[in-house]
Amino acid sequence: MLGLNKKDTSLFLLVLALVVFAPLLLNPFPEGSELAQFNAGYPDLMQRFLIFGIFAVGFNILFGLTGYLSFGHAAFLGVGSYAGVWMMKLLTMNVIPAIFMSVVFAGLFSLLVGYISLRRSGIYFSILTLAFAQMSFSLAYSVLTPITNGETGLQLALNDPRVLGVSQVDGSIPAANFFGIAMRDSFELSMGGWLFTFNAGYYLCAVVMMVAFYVAIRIFRSPFGMMLRAVKSNQQRMNFTGLNSKPYTLAAFVISGMYAGLAGGLMVAMDPLAGAERMQWTASGEVVLMTILGGAGTLIGPVLGAGFIKYCENIFSKINDNILYDWFAGLPEGLADFLVFVIHPFIGKGWHLTLGIMFMLIVIFLPGGIMEGFERIGRLFKRKPSSGESVSAKTSTTPAE
Amino acid sequence: MDAILLQILNGLDKGSAYALIALGLTLIFGTLGVVNFAHGALFMIGAFCAVTLSRLLSVSFVTIDETRKDFLGNPLKVETPYVESWFGPEVGAAIIDWSVPLAILFSIPIMALVGLVMERGLIKHFYKRPHADQILVTFGLAIVLQEIIKYFYGANPIPTPAPAAFAGSFDFGALVGMDPNVIIYPYWRIVYFMFAALIVGAVFAFLRFTTFGMVVRAGMADRETVGLLGIDIDRRFTFMFALAAVVAGLAGVMYAPINSPNYHMGMDFLVLSFVVVVVGGMGSLPGAVAAGFLLGILESFASMAQVVALFPGINQIIIYLVAIVILLTRPRGLMGRKGVMES
Amino acid sequence: MEILKVEGVNKSFGGLRALNNVNFKVEEGTVHAIIGPNGAGKSTFLNCMIGRLVPDTGTVMFGDVSLTGMKPHQINQVGVSRVFQTPEIFGDLTLLENVMIPTLAKRDGEFALHAFVRVDQDTEVRDKALHMLEDVGLVEKREMVANSLSRGDKRRLELAMCLSQDPKLLLLDEPTAGMSRADTNNTIDLLKRIGDRGITKVVIEHDMHVVFSLAQKVTVLAQGAIIAEGKPEDIKGDPRVQEAYLGGAHL
Repeated sequence: MLGLNKKDTSLFLLVLALVVFAPLLLNPFPEGSELAQFNAGYPDLMQRFLIFGIFAVGFNILFGLTGYLSFGHAAFLGVGSYAGVWMMKLLTMNVIPAIFMSVVFAGLFSLLVGYISLRRSGIYFSILTLAFAQMSFSLAYSVLTPITNGETGLQLALNDPRVLGVSQVDGSIPAANFFGIAMRDSFELSMGGWLFTFNAGYYLCAVVMMVAFYVAIRIFRSPFGMMLRAVKSNQQRMNFTGLNSKPYTLAAFVISGMYAGLAGGLMVAMDPLAGAERMQWTASGEVVLMTILGGAGTLIGPVLGAGFIKYCENIFSKINDNILYDWFAGLPEGLADFLVFVIHPFIGKGWHLTLGIMFMLIVIFLPGGIMEGFERIGRLFKRKPSSGESVSAKTSTTPAE
Repeated sequence: MDAILLQILNGLDKGSAYALIALGLTLIFGTLGVVNFAHGALFMIGAFCAVTLSRLLSVSFVTIDETRKDFLGNPLKVETPYVESWFGPEVGAAIIDWSVPLAILFSIPIMALVGLVMERGLIKHFYKRPHADQILVTFGLAIVLQEIIKYFYGANPIPTPAPAAFAGSFDFGALVGMDPNVIIYPYWRIVYFMFAALIVGAVFAFLRFTTFGMVVRAGMADRETVGLLGIDIDRRFTFMFALAAVVAGLAGVMYAPINSPNYHMGMDFLVLSFVVVVVGGMGSLPGAVAAGFLLGILESFASMAQVVALFPGINQIIIYLVAIVILLTRPRGLMGRKGVMES
Repeated sequence: MEILKVEGVNKSFGGLRALNNVNFKVEEGTVHAIIGPNGAGKSTFLNCMIGRLVPDTGTVMFGDVSLTGMKPHQINQVGVSRVFQTPEIFGDLTLLENVMIPTLAKRDGEFALHAFVRVDQDTEVRDKALHMLEDVGLVEKREMVANSLSRGDKRRLELAMCLSQDPKLLLLDEPTAGMSRADTNNTIDLLKRIGDRGITKVVIEHDMHVVFSLAQKVTVLAQGAIIAEGKPEDIKGDPRVQEAYLGGAHL
């Protein structure tokens, strides 16, 4: 289907089903129940799943395939966001031009950064991208304030010109929309104790995400994708094989930059504002983390990684001591106190600590991320791996010399 | 002339910090071949050693002085730090006042231990892993360390003053025979610079004149061969890691009065220190130090009002700009050696 | 007709003169061996030919194209392929992919943004790659990861990769280094077989057995200069060669 082979088609359909039914699947616990806090089926969070999923899928095209570790991809997301907000300020509240221009601007910016950074490889490349991102971040805060509105961040205002629309509706800023369908419009479905929210913005993200995912699959399975893996594997051999690795890596860099811009544009479409902190290097670190956590170089890994981190971020930072005491209500008081004391540093504001630890554990024990974990579990259940399978496994074995 | 001198002086303290962190980064990179993204966190931990000691020293007990009244008319509660009751009020007060310099002694064993645990517990397992993995795991560690500090010390900067004797400024211009009041310079900054120069000198002397240092330098040049000579290079490298941690920690301790320590100061300095290492030349110790001072001073020049008026925002990006130009024109940096990180 | 013509090539590293005014010609369709003691400058010479090193002076002409100053991928694109001393392959990719990549490079050029074609549906390239793997006897292992091959197999894979490009000139840097006698003989057979396709070959070799079973012409390099050139049997008896090579002992 769609020019994909059987395996990829089922993968695509699986992701499609998950995305379409996410509002149902992510709300397994009835409203008002103890466990309702673990529900993730509300629009804001689900949108973030998809947006960061796109970001990570794009980053993976660069890092997963070519092995070039960029520490500056948040800059492209930031540039995309600013471009998106400006489109909404100047042109129309329809989100399509905003998203389109986000991709264009991020693409142009990544072309510039990539052209320079890719003249070096390895850690030098990482540091160059980091330097560019930090530079953009600093500039967004200082000199570029007329464009970025500095620390406050760029927002819509009541007196925006908006050539193809109106400046204000009944004294307030008009809503971001897709040809009249407001992004914040939701349809709520109440079934028994359950409440499901189907949000227009979420489904726009879903469509964009599926397109982005489809493109990624096609790239992975194309000669172009194979060449990118060749870059990672042995750039020297590649050059002596008559291939110019530079345009390949640059193309991968720009494509992943455009994915980042797309994510930035969608963020703006969901919530029309943009701030410099989106460009900070910790934000770049986050997408690296998502990709690694899910499994760099795999198709679906980055999507899982993004979802996992955003879900944990949301849940962990919401839990507080009172909730913990509720959970441990059955335990003796001393034990409950002790448990709360032990868990306390990792929840609420301590979420980043949990994240850091998780990240280290993954890099140390499971460098292939969640996908490698699945593979290992799968191998445990497959009792006798035939000789053919064991060698074709994705793990690269050391040369037998 | 005096304006130039002033900018050079202003750049010295930041330059010193860059130089010390970059020195440690280079030591670790050169000996162990590991790219340590957690090095900034070591700097930050050093600064918090100063905070901790100054808090420990001011731990007080409360006595009630019946003869004096507070403004509500109740008997006055007097807090007396233990050190004052142990060593007498004058000596005690002096000890508290000098808590930052004292923290140097306090921090050395702590930083050495932190370095040791880090190397043996984590870094050692990453010698053979790709550089990307090293970057990622130390990046994770940096997040963990800074979150731990944040948990115990909160998110706000903690003012940690220098001893009263070094508070305030002096007229540097008059000292070197210029017009008075042209160059006013804080005492502590000059102390910081001299301290940094001392540490750098000590590290270089150590590497130059001891057998240990010779082996380490040989190891930096060609690790495998030295390993083949039957020298237990691993243990020496562990020591080097601890040493680098101590250097970063000391840089942090003494920096505490200049900039109130906060949990993310390590990350802020780390990015710049990496740039410094790259500009100086990966694997070159003199390069790291020289580039540290150079970029510190350059940054301070770029902050001059005249320069900023000419190129707005240049002070924010000058270091990155220099790094980009250097990397593209002299890929090995100012003093880089051939063959380092070029595979 | 000469396919490769090297004239007046000099190359120094610091004070060391690695190549001293080397002039060298290869006839089309022949197997030409370069021999010489360790440190004679054989690898430097080869590197100067394929653009890994730039000679200080002199020219390298391939047909009527000058190779001097060209980048490695450009040199490959005009028809020069190289087998390395330690096999350079795409270790994380499967054998089939390893051979498909050079085949694609030959067909589509140094860069092609074919991001929406399916590589597994490109039967032309796939069949060619399979054919090459069959030629070197690795076709059963086509789905294996290249890193898991033995060293001998890796070299055969690299050979298949080079041959898939139908090069006009194939450079081989010690193709039997570190091989057992049996493996060496296999490699000689393989090289002889592919010799039938009329590919010109330049072989750098230590092993005289290999040189004399393959080459029609031998060039002897010592201390950066050519000291003898001729048919294998002439070279065998040349006293200068014996002097340089073995310090007087007989070959």
